[in-house]
Amino acid sequence: MEKGGKELKVSAIKNGTVLDHIPASQLFKVISILGLKDCRNQITFGMNLDSKLLGKKAIIKVADRFFEETEINKVALVAPEAKINIIKNFEVVEKKVLRVPDEIVGIVKCANPKCITNHQPVPTKFSTAYENSELKLRCHYCEKNTSSDNLKIITEN
Amino acid sequence: MPKSLISIHDFTKEEMLHVLDVAQEFEKNKVQTLLHDKVIATLFFEPSTRTRLSFETASNRLGARVIGFSDAGNTSVSKGETLKDTIKMVSNYVDLIVMRHPLEGAARYASEVASVPVINAGDGANQHPSQTMLDLYTIRQTQGRLTDIKINMVGDLKYGRTVHSLLQAMSHFNPYFTFTAPDELKMPQEYKDFLNSKGIPYTETRELEGNLNECDILYMTRVQQERFTDPMEYEKVKNTYNLTASMLQGAKENMKILHPLPRITEIAQDVDDTPHAYYFKQAENGVYVRMAIIAYLLGYK
Repeated sequence: MEKGGKELKVSAIKNGTVLDHIPASQLFKVISILGLKDCRNQITFGMNLDSKLLGKKAIIKVADRFFEETEINKVALVAPEAKINIIKNFEVVEKKVLRVPDEIVGIVKCANPKCITNHQPVPTKFSTAYENSELKLRCHYCEKNTSSDNLKIITEN
Repeated sequence: MPKSLISIHDFTKEEMLHVLDVAQEFEKNKVQTLLHDKVIATLFFEPSTRTRLSFETASNRLGARVIGFSDAGNTSVSKGETLKDTIKMVSNYVDLIVMRHPLEGAARYASEVASVPVINAGDGANQHPSQTMLDLYTIRQTQGRLTDIKINMVGDLKYGRTVHSLLQAMSHFNPYFTFTAPDELKMPQEYKDFLNSKGIPYTETRELEGNLNECDILYMTRVQQERFTDPMEYEKVKNTYNLTASMLQGAKENMKILHPLPRITEIAQDVDDTPHAYYFKQAENGVYVRMAIIAYLLGYK
């Protein structure tokens, strides 16, 4: 399929949301953050696509689904550079820039092994802040920081 | 949610000063049975002598009855009961909960499920706010003020929660810090960043001698074996500092030595007889400060 002289590696959707410029290594984290495993819509994704910006990138296209701002912003935790395009009738009608939410409930595991959330059924809760342009999640419970390099996503069983 | 004391950040500067004033009142007049119809629970999921006994003394001096345990081993916790269920149940029995737990954040979580105020008596290496309050009380008692105090913190500045909380609480009062620690136990960068952001000056050193004559408060700490995962690391640093009476000859007259206790080898016994030793009085102050915290959280003061 050709569009604007560019070949599409992942076929276009008529209506829905496209998440582009995801670092290839983060694809499955994004899938898990958005809970796409349990999503019944048509989903296509591509991984290890060539990208000038990222080297290897990934892309996700979810047909007929438009995410809430608070939901989509969680993607910023693992792919802050991702681009969100809203598609209506094969056209990009809106581009969204991701912004890390001020508070994160669930999703991320606290990196402190002695934190109560790693031992008892307590949902995690963090406030976010940037320290020397690096994202830090401060645990509401143990008050320790989890930095973006040791950020682990809680995956449901 | 009732007002709890989990972290020193939960108190504003005004609240801290208020609680210190109330504590001073309790020190002058030790018997005030304001809470004669109240029951207080002391839930110690991890052993402690000083903290538990001083909370229980404080409760008794206020006229309250105390229930609780000093070891989770013979409770339903050993049957696998969740912390949430234990707290839910106990908060239906009592008017206030004092809790120590080995896991960090346990007290914050407890305060969110409890229907009564919770006082954190230590959650792992995280917070121990009543210790900080009694440190502030003792500093004010010995120096007559909290502002412009020179504090030399010595020992385990890496894992020691008391020094971290004290540093944060003192940041309201324009202090000057000296951090004396071996390289392995230096003050973590995040606390130095915090001081930098507030414009509070500090110096770092490895030497104890040579840094004793300038300070108003010498805050000694124990190197805590339980925080080390590697016993070799502990052996290397455990005897780094040993303060003796002869080292104190040039100290300022008003200089007082504080220590959260228990002490091991970091303060020699002969220091106890110098006019600078104040750690036993500091531990006594814990009772008045804890009376004040309890009375404040229950709305009596």
